[in-house]
Amino acid sequence: MNRINKKLEESKKLLSIYFTSGYPSKDDTKPIIKSLQENGVDMIEIGLPFSDPLADGPTIQESSVKALKLGMSTKVLFEQLKDIRSEVDIPLIIMGYFNPMLQFGVEAFCLKCKEVGIDGLIIPDLPPEIYNESYREIFEKYGLVNIFLITPQTPEERIRFIDNISNAFIYMVSSASVTGAKNSFGDQQEAYFKRIAAMNLKSPCIVGFGISNAATFQAATSHAKGAIIGSAFIKHLTNKGVEGIGEFIQSIR
Amino acid sequence: MNYHVDQRGYYGNFGGAYIPEMLYPNVEELRTNYLQIMGEESFQKEFNKLLKDYVGRPTPLYFANRLSQKYQCRIYLKREDLNHTGAHKVNNTIGQILMAKRLGKNRIIAETGAGQHGVATATVCALMGIDCVVYMGEIDIARQAPNVARMKMLGAEVRPATSGSRTLKDATNEAIRDWINNPVDTHYIIGSAIGPHPYPDMVTRFQSVISEEIKTQLQEQEGREYPDHVVACIGGGSNAAGTYYHFLDNKHVNIIAVEAAGKGIESGESAATSVLGKQGIIHGCKTLLMQTADGQITEPYSISAGLDYPGVGPMHAHLYETGRGEFISVTDDDAMKAGLELSKMEGIIPAIETAHAFNVFNQRPFEKDEVVVVNLSGRGDKDLNTYIDYFKL
Ligand SMILES: Cc1ncc(COP(=O)(O)O)c(C=O)c1O
Repeated sequence: MNRINKKLEESKKLLSIYFTSGYPSKDDTKPIIKSLQENGVDMIEIGLPFSDPLADGPTIQESSVKALKLGMSTKVLFEQLKDIRSEVDIPLIIMGYFNPMLQFGVEAFCLKCKEVGIDGLIIPDLPPEIYNESYREIFEKYGLVNIFLITPQTPEERIRFIDNISNAFIYMVSSASVTGAKNSFGDQQEAYFKRIAAMNLKSPCIVGFGISNAATFQAATSHAKGAIIGSAFIKHLTNKGVEGIGEFIQSIR
Repeated sequence: MNYHVDQRGYYGNFGGAYIPEMLYPNVEELRTNYLQIMGEESFQKEFNKLLKDYVGRPTPLYFANRLSQKYQCRIYLKREDLNHTGAHKVNNTIGQILMAKRLGKNRIIAETGAGQHGVATATVCALMGIDCVVYMGEIDIARQAPNVARMKMLGAEVRPATSGSRTLKDATNEAIRDWINNPVDTHYIIGSAIGPHPYPDMVTRFQSVISEEIKTQLQEQEGREYPDHVVACIGGGSNAAGTYYHFLDNKHVNIIAVEAAGKGIESGESAATSVLGKQGIIHGCKTLLMQTADGQITEPYSISAGLDYPGVGPMHAHLYETGRGEFISVTDDDAMKAGLELSKMEGIIPAIETAHAFNVFNQRPFEKDEVVVVNLSGRGDKDLNTYIDYFKL
């Protein structure tokens, strides 16, 4: 069974952390992953930097630009991850935009993912329809799960469709926004979290975008299986470096 | 061969809607409604009336006598430069503002490079009394001060795009991010035949008035509805798409697309996407685009801010791939020369984007009796400083 699905069977609320690979230093990818596992994180999203990250706010954009300047690329990421499975067993997901994968070759990319031990992919600009039609078979051949997004504006019928074609969890975008830390959630989010919970989807939901601290983590996970922290973690990395990871994770739960 | 968009939103291998889920409701709303809305009689009436009374259409199709003598063929200029706001861009913004109103939107966003599309958008928003935010790269804001001032006078808010390379590509990213953040009340008026389906098709249809008029005007002047060649410059490809539209399926018409070679194809400072680009995804669209081997989108260069987009509309990528379009690229220097020649020989100072198209006569021969229509997409007022610097006027 895929590591992600196994993790989803645990009864606890899951904490997933996103970071941009190659940031703050090019070779930080592996140390960050190891530290996140040591500090009890449940799942990791490894960001593959892209020049034009449409769905991301300033924090992730800036970390991507910096990583690219430092020489990050798809090839470098796979080299960095080459022996990662001899050191960690935490579920690993690559989150990135579709164009770099397309240029690498989608099948070659999936093969590499399998070789280094990646469990799933999140590709914000690959819509479920196109995935289903053209790429599902390839992903499945290499044992990769694909994670789809829903937002407060996603119509109910479409949520059902996405739930149906999901084979791990649904990435529930907390509000109509690009990525970036918020300090709190309002009544609207609360209502949205409850509305989705009441739909009794077959796929667990993990909330992302705008989770930054214990309060937002708590709010998000009171109605969902887990939550993903990205921008707030990157900000902490910028200020405190890899050594500061433990402090950050302990502040969340 | 089909050169029009298909059911799924593709031109051959190009097009589609590679968008994050956050944009799905907006793009889907547009996709399911645009053809029906455009087909409504009341829409057509309002659109045509504004094009006539406000924009000043039809624009003349002018037989360029002296140029024709020099280049030994029959050259006609489609005078989009005479439109209100000085370029073809307004055909699209008029259409899209009417679309936005019918979709119940009360806030408009747009991206702009040189500021032409930003001005055309700010103009129609003023016309309709709708809030307008224009994203513009920080670097372009500094380079294009008069257009920034125009937008402000027209009541628009100009927001600097401070990410990435701080030019058109990043202004487009910022506009898309704004749309993600404002999913209910906002319509995004894209300025070229780019972006996710249905934008390329919608923009093309609004611009197709150009070739519709050419047909009638040629009938009057040449006794036939079509030329032997149609020529247009290509940034994202909206003026070109409108110029080609009614001739796409007419095999007698040769389609010529002129891209900006910048300082030369091999110079590393160019915007000739058909030559330098590879298939990929930019701003929600699968098309030809300039990128690194790793799939990072690169910064194009051209002396004309309106042509330095790293991609090209999916219709044009298809015209290129199928050989239906003849693609040529013109350097900064050759474009500037062509702009000066048009000024001196016909008394028309073109936009530098447009000037690229006029170098076609130095790039390939035409037969003596061939009819060549060049789309004169915009006037040169906005480029006066560049002309002054370049020619030391
Ligand atoms: C006068 C003029 N022509 C052409 C262009 C290029 O755009 P497109 O290729 O969409 O026509 C621009 C863009 O700013 C323009 O201002």
